[in-house]
Amino acid sequence: MRYLSHSDADRREMLASIGVSSIDELFADIPAAVADRFRPLGLSGRSEQEVVSTLAGLAARNRAAEAVCFAGGGVYDHYAPSLVDHILLRSEFFTAYTPYQPEVSQGTLTTMFEFQTMVCELTGMDVANASLYDGATAVAEAALMADRLMRRGRIAVAGSLFPNVRRVLDTYCWASGLGVVELPHDPSGVCDLSGVPEDVSAVILQSPNAFGVIEPLDGVKERIGDALLVVSAHPISLGVLAAPGGFGADIVVGEGQPLGLPMAYGGPLLGLFASKGEYLRQIPGRVSGRTVDADGNVGYTMAAQTREQHIRRERATSNICTNSALCALAATVYLATVGATGLRRVAELCVEKAHYLADRIAALDGFELPFSGAFFNEFVVRVPGDANALHRRLLGAGFLVDSPDVLRVHGVEDALRIAVTEKRSREELDGFVDHLGGGG
Amino acid sequence: MRTIFDYPSHERSDDLFPKSDVPTSGLDRLIDDGLLRTDRPRIPDLSEPTVVRHYTALSKLNYGVEDGFYPLGSCTMKYNPKVNETIARHPGLAHLHPLADAELVQGTLAFLHHLSELLGGIAGLPGVSLQPVAGAHGELTGMFLFKKHFEVRGETERRRILLPDSAHGTNPASAAVAGFSVTQVPSDDEGLIDLQSLMRELDGTVAGVMLTVPNTLGLFERNILAVTEMVHAAGGLCYFDGANLNSFLGRARPGDMGADVFHFNLHKTLSTPHGGGGPGAGPIAVSEPLVDYLPVPRIERDGDRYALDWDGPGSIGSVHSFYGNVLVAVRAYAYLLQLGDEGLRAVAEDAVLNANYLQSRLKSTYLLPYDRLCKHEFVLSGADLAEGVSTLDVAKRLIDYGIHPPTIYFPLIVREALMIEPTETEGREALDRFADVMERIAAEARNEPELLREAPHRAPVRRLDQARAARNPVLRHPFDEPSS
Repeated sequence: MRYLSHSDADRREMLASIGVSSIDELFADIPAAVADRFRPLGLSGRSEQEVVSTLAGLAARNRAAEAVCFAGGGVYDHYAPSLVDHILLRSEFFTAYTPYQPEVSQGTLTTMFEFQTMVCELTGMDVANASLYDGATAVAEAALMADRLMRRGRIAVAGSLFPNVRRVLDTYCWASGLGVVELPHDPSGVCDLSGVPEDVSAVILQSPNAFGVIEPLDGVKERIGDALLVVSAHPISLGVLAAPGGFGADIVVGEGQPLGLPMAYGGPLLGLFASKGEYLRQIPGRVSGRTVDADGNVGYTMAAQTREQHIRRERATSNICTNSALCALAATVYLATVGATGLRRVAELCVEKAHYLADRIAALDGFELPFSGAFFNEFVVRVPGDANALHRRLLGAGFLVDSPDVLRVHGVEDALRIAVTEKRSREELDGFVDHLGGGG
Repeated sequence: MRTIFDYPSHERSDDLFPKSDVPTSGLDRLIDDGLLRTDRPRIPDLSEPTVVRHYTALSKLNYGVEDGFYPLGSCTMKYNPKVNETIARHPGLAHLHPLADAELVQGTLAFLHHLSELLGGIAGLPGVSLQPVAGAHGELTGMFLFKKHFEVRGETERRRILLPDSAHGTNPASAAVAGFSVTQVPSDDEGLIDLQSLMRELDGTVAGVMLTVPNTLGLFERNILAVTEMVHAAGGLCYFDGANLNSFLGRARPGDMGADVFHFNLHKTLSTPHGGGGPGAGPIAVSEPLVDYLPVPRIERDGDRYALDWDGPGSIGSVHSFYGNVLVAVRAYAYLLQLGDEGLRAVAEDAVLNANYLQSRLKSTYLLPYDRLCKHEFVLSGADLAEGVSTLDVAKRLIDYGIHPPTIYFPLIVREALMIEPTETEGREALDRFADVMERIAAEARNEPELLREAPHRAPVRRLDQARAARNPVLRHPFDEPSS
């Protein structure tokens, strides 16, 4: 096999040098009762060429790859500048591991530091970690962290989180014995905070929420007492929307996929996590910090490690080891490439195109926008007739839209959610409207 | 070290994205003023060549598997096949929205289903979830399954997890994050779990044990069947950390040793890149009693059609936004298809051969506290090498010779530990050179100890002050400080 480097002669000489007569002797410590039960997979090896061809055949069965994408829910079809992937393919980055040895990991550590800075800039927060697995586990970790700080044993969460995020949050909260109180939305689609209990550790909002509606954060902190405010934000929206940090948010999280990552059928993704500086010791995950070397020159190293598993073990507040470093690098290079100006431009294009499409759809007979709250890139339309049938018809015409089921879990019936990015051309938007209105 | 924030921002024509082709009335008429951003994030606008040069320069300060020998113990830094990268970038696999209907992603569901079957076969266990995206995430998911199991059985007093003192640090951390308390069980003189101590701890408050096979000393738990039988007899469950799977591929299966949950590290054993710290993947395989508790959605097969099943009445729920790290899984799948049974066995054979060869070459120079044939890795001690020289100094001196240091100061049961895992992809020349360099460093330690204590001398930076980073954390660019 070409991934192995020995000749048979090498192997014989090495065995002799070890002082054993066969390879099997090296495995003699596996108990016979275990070895006897071993069964192979029944899988014969194949050449690289055959494997490439097999996978290309499977890829050809993925018709979703060709569809015009109006699907959303946290993962979006944004444009990634070519340069992003070229940097990711630098093997010094992608074949390295966690920077345990900082002197040979300044590339990873410096980009982690840049990433943390960029996340702070976008969210308006003091500190950020070097990434978590995805936006959903970031929300879950935020809930656990908030309860470590406040110790009230329950949290309040907007019912308008994406359902897949909520499912992960619920799993982590169940395991931690943390109660979850759900907050309803008002008719405009915004979270109704009037019923927030006094004894919760945190209130978790998502903005834009599962209806695409932007949560007005002004004054929220005052309305929730001393509970911590956790906001899950769409990072590209922060190119035009006010940063949650400015409204006193305590923890800001998000799904970083829009920042230069492929949709990847939902993984790998990128968990963003930032907080107020005073909570640093409770933040989960890796953090890169600036220091100096023996000559006094600036360098970077993993910092605040006393929270972590290799120092505190069973008292650790974080079990995060491998996380999403290369995805964080992609986001860093993406943001460095587009710059603040380009990020704003992408965000504006999303807003303009989404509103153009929403206006055109709202003008169609029988269609309406049920929520009056302001939206960014994603919105809900109530449709005449059977939403499932319309959804299927759109798929048939080559338009990918989320299933009506993603809204049914929120009690919103007869509706579709539509997401628009800078990639959608006017021709595609108009074609979509034609299919909605004219029946294709 | 220059960061991207040290470059002056400059005016740039915006040609990454097309001009808007829709009529618009302007942002402030579409979204209320109070919701809009008034400040500008301090991310510079730079030319593309500037950005490329900056990140290329940074990449050169890093050390990856393609740069040379990377014997980081327990991390299995094997070669990452190039074809993996090509496959994972196929638009038909990469450009897929996760909420697309199952009928539109049949190719991906097919390989995910097949990969699950193959992983179940390697583990010798009936249920698999691809959802966990890292080893520690697999551990956490496994702890959730334990919790569910005892909740369903009404044995909620089982809140303790036992683990050997040689365990990976993520094991106790994952158990703690999942709300269990942790009790350490000592190792015996041979470095294996001490059966008497284990027996004493096993009572009605124990949910289970977390084991690593072979353990972090690279030693196979000879008594593994006795251990798992004892735990099961006491009503507990057995978690197996799969970090060291590379050493028994094609020869043994965790399910046959009594594992109830086993996690894979696709980024270790199955050749997907480590990415500088992820994304990896940590799928789990589970025994029959735990199958119903696995995360949703699950991929179901009906003939040649595949579907996602979100109904799992007993399920713990979900641990990831969608279906795990699909593009990591596809790399592992491609690797498995290429290797087949024969290749898997050959991988373990060369991995174990390489470790034993290095161990035999180095044990006369460095202390080998547990002197036995090892599996895929072994642990030396840098203690007593020379007066005033530590394992940290040896590690930093290796950098001067162009070699990535091993894992150091772990496992905790060996003083001044150097944990060395060569992997199967290294040839004899690389192994011999490493052994030569290690011998030379041992001589330097005796004759010129300052060479080690001041190392590295030939790295992008000199030894970094980690204590300062901990004491006085600077975790983001200080924009207000004059540029360095």
